[in-house]
Amino acid sequence: MTAPILKPLPLCLLAVALWGLIGLAGLLRPRSHRLAGALYPLGAACALLLAAAAARALALPLAPERAVLPVGLPDLPVHLRLDALAAGFLVLLGAAAAGISVFAAGYFGPHAPPGAASGAARAPQGTPPGLLCLQYHLFLASMALVFLADDAYAFMLAWEVMALSSYFLVTAEHGSASIRAAGFLYLLMAHVGALSILLAFGVMQGGTWRFTFDAMRGAHLAAWPASVAFLLALAGFGAKAGLVPLHVWLPEAHPAAPSPVSALMSGVMLKTAVYGMLRVSFDLLQASTWWWGLVPLTLGLLSALYGVVFAAVQTDMKRLLAWSSIENIGIIFTALGLALVFRGAGLPAAAALALVALLYHCLNHACMKSLVFLGTGAVLHATGERSLARLGGLIHRMPQVAWLTLVGALALAGLPPLNGFVSEWLLLQSFLFAHSVPHTFVNMLLPLGAGLIALAAALAAYVMVKFFGVVFLGRPRDAVAAQAHEAGPAERLGLAWLAALCLVLGVLPSAVIGVLDLIVHQLAGVALQGSQSRWWLLAPVPGRAASYSAVVMLAALAGVTLLTVLATRTAARPVRRARAWACGGTEPTARMQDTAEGFGQPIRHLFSDFFSITVEAPGPSDREPRYRVHVADRLWERLYLPAGSAVQRAADRLAFLQQGRIAAYLLYSFLTLVMLLALVL
Amino acid sequence: MSAFDIATQLTQTVAALLLAPLFTGFMNQCRAWLQNRRAPALLVPAWNLRKLFARQPVVATGASPLFRAAPYAVFGAMVAAAAIIPILGTGLPFGTAADAIALIGLFATARVFVCLAAMDIGTAFGTLGARREMMLGFLAEPALLMIVFVASLISSSTGLPAITENLATRTLGLYPSLAFTAVAFTMVTLAENARIPIDNPATHLELTMVHEAMLLEYSGRHLALMEWAAALKLFNFACIGIALFAPWGLATAGSGPLALIASVPVLLVKLAAVAAGLSLIEALSAKLRVFRAPEFLAAAFLLAVLGLLVRVLLGA
Repeated sequence: MTAPILKPLPLCLLAVALWGLIGLAGLLRPRSHRLAGALYPLGAACALLLAAAAARALALPLAPERAVLPVGLPDLPVHLRLDALAAGFLVLLGAAAAGISVFAAGYFGPHAPPGAASGAARAPQGTPPGLLCLQYHLFLASMALVFLADDAYAFMLAWEVMALSSYFLVTAEHGSASIRAAGFLYLLMAHVGALSILLAFGVMQGGTWRFTFDAMRGAHLAAWPASVAFLLALAGFGAKAGLVPLHVWLPEAHPAAPSPVSALMSGVMLKTAVYGMLRVSFDLLQASTWWWGLVPLTLGLLSALYGVVFAAVQTDMKRLLAWSSIENIGIIFTALGLALVFRGAGLPAAAALALVALLYHCLNHACMKSLVFLGTGAVLHATGERSLARLGGLIHRMPQVAWLTLVGALALAGLPPLNGFVSEWLLLQSFLFAHSVPHTFVNMLLPLGAGLIALAAALAAYVMVKFFGVVFLGRPRDAVAAQAHEAGPAERLGLAWLAALCLVLGVLPSAVIGVLDLIVHQLAGVALQGSQSRWWLLAPVPGRAASYSAVVMLAALAGVTLLTVLATRTAARPVRRARAWACGGTEPTARMQDTAEGFGQPIRHLFSDFFSITVEAPGPSDREPRYRVHVADRLWERLYLPAGSAVQRAADRLAFLQQGRIAAYLLYSFLTLVMLLALVL
Repeated sequence: MSAFDIATQLTQTVAALLLAPLFTGFMNQCRAWLQNRRAPALLVPAWNLRKLFARQPVVATGASPLFRAAPYAVFGAMVAAAAIIPILGTGLPFGTAADAIALIGLFATARVFVCLAAMDIGTAFGTLGARREMMLGFLAEPALLMIVFVASLISSSTGLPAITENLATRTLGLYPSLAFTAVAFTMVTLAENARIPIDNPATHLELTMVHEAMLLEYSGRHLALMEWAAALKLFNFACIGIALFAPWGLATAGSGPLALIASVPVLLVKLAAVAAGLSLIEALSAKLRVFRAPEFLAAAFLLAVLGLLVRVLLGA
């Protein structure tokens, strides 16, 4: 028997508690970068402890571990539960947070690389590093508790701590008005979403008035309250995930945060919403109706396309990545919708495949998006510049960061043999089951979804070529890019950890799916068969010749390349360096390159219905010609501004209630009491 | 995995490497004949490759290692693709490692590396070409996937050898879904391989170039690899077309060396027909403006979707 402290759940709680303590330790000397820089690696060690404990829980698939902590309000203890689903997401959190924390040690720590621009990453009026360290570790701890919570109170508490701590992290550089505005929008949307989740829990308790998840599992709701709960949960978690049309906060808040925080928010925090959706729709709501899946499926496809199209026209590298997160969330919700449709249609094997695709993409996105966000952090640190218009040529100045970021960019582009391709492959394979759904029209329209996913994936490649090409390739467009320097060792170590995860997830999919199968078995009741038959071959669908082996593919690619190199070496003459030819013109300058606006121009042209575009073009007599394009989100004008002004109008109408006299307010209280009494009696 | 399968695999990969420049050469000849010109020799592309391999490569001073690595990656991806497609036989051991979706992924990988290399030096034409190539790519890829989906639904498999075997053993008859996808596939082939009406491989006007604009800075063995990869890509597309829409006469798994030898002339005849057909389309059409290309590819996508709907609705 292992000692009780060595069981997975206590170990997870230990990691969470240590995160809290590390955060508090940062307050000892709040202005010391040195102390903060020393604390982040400890946080990374805790993250590894958490990942190891959760992985152990997955390796020993026993009954879910439970614990009741007697904290909080009287009669409302905190229920915790560690099952396969929670363990899977805890592994994701721990693995991604380990790399991000190591990077943060360099980013927030004392060894900021020397250089004129490095101060720009730390705004003068920012949060002091010690306080930032507390907020950062509270953020990590609250995400872990979201995954562990087993009653609605604990869940909402952790959820709110997560929202608030991330709000403070987003507004770390609160000297700038635009960052404060982004933070406010984030806070607003987070609370609209939280309200919706709270209401969903209210429906799901089903008249028992007990808010533990066990009570909800046993509530046996009728069809329509279950549907209401499902839609409320979708709205609430969708707002957190950045699902279109609830996405407006995401491209504002993620770029505003310091890069390690952007990585955590995009890589991990969005997955808490996915976790919540899985928990509600596959665990808490036992009954399900087949059409449920169509809602997340439609919204997911819309988000995937919307996000990637907007990512293609961005000129700020972090904003570009934030829009790309919306695309990936769209892909994840598409998989969720597909799994629900398949389950409702009585195709459990297909549902299991879609769920594996979903979980795999969550893991992938946590690694690759964190990696690329950290890459932008390193660039930001070295140049102080986020605008694509002033970067370029950084592969010469910071080669290691460039090559590591390239791994993440290629993975995000969904290219084999990296990890992004594996989950897209699984998702497309599950789309091939769509024609057996027994509902006409649905089975006809579903394969079109595969076309949209392919379009989004191909556009993601476009976005990543633009991102990597403009930032790292070509010539420096500005002096700051020409004088950049390589990132520090801690930052490079964090990047390397995440790049290694991307490679492992890409090359060994069968092993990963073997673990994900346990989670899928818990959710859908069935597991994929035959996926573990051979470790090097991924063949998840019994009865269909569909297989993919990244190891063999990588070996073949490497073999062919090596043979080619050897064959050309024998007769090779050494390479001669010369000026770029450029069709015989003069030596090209940096201004002759395509700009980020230029690279996005075909997308602006083709998808012009998505955008509201304002172009500022120079006149023929302008002394200093300037060309500017501003692309805005139509949903903001069409949906949010009218909603905002409607709220404003309603508030104006109700303003007569605000008399400013104490007697009037006492009267309101009295009337409310009378009404409540009438209601109760 | 028998010894014969391994032999098939090796034979067809080597055959693809050798036949690809000849296929390009034959297409050039057909085009010349259709334009009432004297045709260049069949072996001109092959001679060009030999010449380029012998030359000293010149690399721009601002080039990063990525620029020099890209030709090898692109060439490797195309050779791997040639190993997946049933060109001579269907008993391909490597066919289980990558199915049709992975094949599309391989093409995408090659495209991304070409474009990144084109952006590396920072010349105007390179980035222009990269931008246009990625635009054509993101339109062609979903169309190609829909085409693959139709074939996968018919044969309930996404592995290319299995699809081909299934299609080859069906009773001869017209499948409307396959007819639609065949038209769509032809359009995608023209777009993906920089042929008229989307791009012109023989153009010398930089502003209208797409694919050639990205290779302007390459020379020597790097250019040779890029050119060979482009020829292989065209050859691969021709062979995918043959495997999906005319899959007869291939050596099936374990059918013996005679079948393998017999499959070579069959392949040559089919390739000649494909080359003639593609050159005829090229000779009869004019190059589209760059912004008309999306309409062309959207039409291809819609045709493929029609094929899919016909398959799902009518089962035909």
